[in-house]
Amino acid sequence: MKKADLVVIGGGPAGMAAALSACEKGIKDILILERDRDLGGILNQCIHNGFGLHAFKEELTGTEYAARYIDMIMEKRIPSLLNTMAVDVQGGSPCVVTAMNKEQGMFQVEAKAVVFAMGCRERPRGAMNIPGFRPAGIFSAGTAQRYVNIEGRMPGREVVVLGSGDIGLIMARRMTLQGARVKMVAEIMPYSGGLKRNIVQCLDDFGIPLKLSHTVTEIHGKDRVEGVTVSRVDENLNPVPGSEEFVKCDTLLLSCGLIPENELSQGAGAGMDDVTGGPVVNERLETTVQGIFACGNVLHVHDLVDNVSREAWQAGAFAADYILNGKEDWGEAVRPKIPAKTKCTLPGDRDLASQLICIGCPAGCLITAEKMEDGSLLITGNTCQKGEDYARSEMTAPVRGVTSIIRVKDGWGRVVPVKTASEIPKGKISACMEEIRAAVVQAPVKIGDILIENVAGTLVPVIATGNMPRKP
Amino acid sequence: MYDVVIIGAGVSGCAIARELSRYEVKAVVLEKALDVCEGTSKANSGIVHAGYDARPGSLKARLNVEGSRKMAALSRELDFPYKQNGSLVLCFDEKEKDKLEELKIRGEANGVDGLCILSREQLVEKEPNVGEGAVAALYAPSGAIVCPFGLTIALAENAAVNGVEFEFGTEVSGIESQECGYLVHTQKADYETRTVINAAGVRADEIHNMVSHMKMKITPRKGEYLLYDKKAGGLAVHTLFQLPTALGKGILATPTVHGNLLLGPTAQDIPEKDGTDTSREGLEQIVEKAALSIRHIPKKDVITSFAGLRAHITAYACEQEKDGGAKGDFVIGEVPDAPGFIDVAGIESPGLTSAPAIGEYVADMVKQLLGLREKAVFTSRRKGIPSMSLLSDEERHRLIKENPAYGNVICRCEMVTEGEIIDAIKRPLGAVTTDGIKRRTRAGMGRCQSGFCNPRVVEILARELGREESGIRKSGEDSWYILPSKEGGSL
Repeated sequence: MKKADLVVIGGGPAGMAAALSACEKGIKDILILERDRDLGGILNQCIHNGFGLHAFKEELTGTEYAARYIDMIMEKRIPSLLNTMAVDVQGGSPCVVTAMNKEQGMFQVEAKAVVFAMGCRERPRGAMNIPGFRPAGIFSAGTAQRYVNIEGRMPGREVVVLGSGDIGLIMARRMTLQGARVKMVAEIMPYSGGLKRNIVQCLDDFGIPLKLSHTVTEIHGKDRVEGVTVSRVDENLNPVPGSEEFVKCDTLLLSCGLIPENELSQGAGAGMDDVTGGPVVNERLETTVQGIFACGNVLHVHDLVDNVSREAWQAGAFAADYILNGKEDWGEAVRPKIPAKTKCTLPGDRDLASQLICIGCPAGCLITAEKMEDGSLLITGNTCQKGEDYARSEMTAPVRGVTSIIRVKDGWGRVVPVKTASEIPKGKISACMEEIRAAVVQAPVKIGDILIENVAGTLVPVIATGNMPRKP
Repeated sequence: MYDVVIIGAGVSGCAIARELSRYEVKAVVLEKALDVCEGTSKANSGIVHAGYDARPGSLKARLNVEGSRKMAALSRELDFPYKQNGSLVLCFDEKEKDKLEELKIRGEANGVDGLCILSREQLVEKEPNVGEGAVAALYAPSGAIVCPFGLTIALAENAAVNGVEFEFGTEVSGIESQECGYLVHTQKADYETRTVINAAGVRADEIHNMVSHMKMKITPRKGEYLLYDKKAGGLAVHTLFQLPTALGKGILATPTVHGNLLLGPTAQDIPEKDGTDTSREGLEQIVEKAALSIRHIPKKDVITSFAGLRAHITAYACEQEKDGGAKGDFVIGEVPDAPGFIDVAGIESPGLTSAPAIGEYVADMVKQLLGLREKAVFTSRRKGIPSMSLLSDEERHRLIKENPAYGNVICRCEMVTEGEIIDAIKRPLGAVTTDGIKRRTRAGMGRCQSGFCNPRVVEILARELGREESGIRKSGEDSWYILPSKEGGSL
């Protein structure tokens, strides 16, 4: 049987941070098991920006954030097994992990400690009980995101998004940029579950309506989605008869919540917390099973990846401490602090001419920019310099960063994620996308490579935000 | 010239094809969908009924009990999932206990073994989570559950291996009577045949009416279902029926052979023959009624809902119907004014259970008609796709070493590997759609409902079939997943 000090299940942001942290604490023999073909987890399909403001003090795309961690893993030479599925974990002293892959078949690893970092999955349609037919064209937002951003495939032309969580908002923009028509985002609650800045830059920027207190009450089309019925709901979330509206579309994207993926935790016999959907842990992030720790979205669904990394860093350190210094009294259960659910309702009565929602960070401050007699702007409501800068630019010459993908020839994959190196005038977004969609680059592509020198005459280059090796 | 054209590749058509393939016969199955098991056979309760429901002396009663008796052996012969878990008919009213007694007497008349009536205490012992209102139950130890896809696909594959042809995407548009047989028209080709077997499910009336003056009408009876996560699979041990109502067997709650919990069906007569949509009312009704049978059904563990259509005959202008003799029974036999044309119509519940018996019954009929001879070599056994999730670690390891594709997990919820998916494509009558993959391997059948595996299954299908990914379908011709490249869709 193979042996390791620490086995980390999952090579996404949580798993990588836990491994790095344990390594820093002096644990030498670490093994990461990752079921996908790359490290990075779901970040690999998150080509949009907004990551890393806390962890790296700069705004990165998901792929760039992942790449930084992957680089650190490589630098520390922490081994990982890709395309490898952990099928069973038993705790104790030692823990035993059973896994499988193509090369080794079934194998077991004896580990002094295990960190669970399996992440989460999306709620499927069935869990929402939306009646109607079961045609093709109903995707969870994350599945569509994988199709577009990793596979380079478009899953539809006319789209309705159900659920206004961040993934739903991001995908509404993503599909639009890629040429689809997003008819609306329907949200059953009277508020959005996403960040204010995402409502502004993903919906408002593209004129996509957000219908609060609305839900999809029927799916039409037997082979492929042909439309959905959208109804208003009352305060008990029940559809209001007579409010039905048929919306023609060929695609329904579902962004209706995430569920921690805890089949291995349950298989190991870990106590589960109904509130978080994850395992019960003590203050050292240790589950009720000896030697098994948990962090990231498998423990509870986080709002920001930065927080996942921070929590995982702690879990890695606790696991290291356990390996080096042995078992301590388990103590008592401590429920991880779950961020208060974002209840984002943009002030409906705001004066669009002078009131702005800042998109500089997740806080989404409501800023007022009043034009003074001398022509200058009086900015109030901002809580940092970024807010003031944003308001000034938004009132005079609004700018946006654009993230997308570019086709790659002779690469391992079909596309590589890209971004404009800096913001470009808002009015240039569609011209920029046209150039990006027409471009084809030759593999290999390295993160940071300039792929378009001067996009849409803005003098701003488009650069790669991920790596794409050449196919041998 | 064919000896037999079978119309419909549902469980009845496939069972008949398989039994016929024992003989020297030139037979073809015509199916309008792209795969077998695309109609009622894919959307039902997956129950092997013990046989106490049907009226004694009816064809239904006979074929049900025969089918139920054959199913276990057939599952070993053809390698599909089957489990004899026993069934219980729950009674919720002291005053209705005599109805259980009636069912028991009827079952015994039909030849069902081992029936007994349980008191509340005995019931709770057998079914710990049974609803508080259940006062007594009829226990049928021979009740069982089966994978309806597994059964149908196994029958079809075995028929194909033994020489029966299958044509998919081939809808029958007309049938002409000829001097010695029939000419069956489809959009693709015409088929000259000595006999026709009409196993067209909810459309059997349309096929029947192409050749007979004694008109038949089938009104689909919709049944909606809710499927729950395997976490909830243990809530019911037996298949739990409720005492029948005017509209059928009421709502049942049952574990499936794969360990999920299944609730349903509703019963609603509808005009459309493809009305397999679910409704809010239907789904609510299921939850409400099922709560009588079992306690603590977790709302959040629903993973999908679906609806199937039972082929219910509402009118048939034939002799027996006039005396009321055949009412509600299966209609299986040569159509009186169409020699050599055999109806297998009105195969509603317990059609799945009866399938093995229907296969033999109809094959025997054709044998008599055409004077068929048994084949010298008939391959009676079939080995299914190995299911990595059910194997021991040693068996898994051995398989991966033989073929590394068995080590690449594609569907994480149901633990289905690339090797199994390739098998499903490469087998006789292999899968060409993602639904075909799902029904053969369970990829996409789990709790995430293909959220993670869909892009990868589409990719494998395209690679193995040598098609563009935009050419891969869910089930029907128009059920595309991604746009073709020329639209700038595939980037």
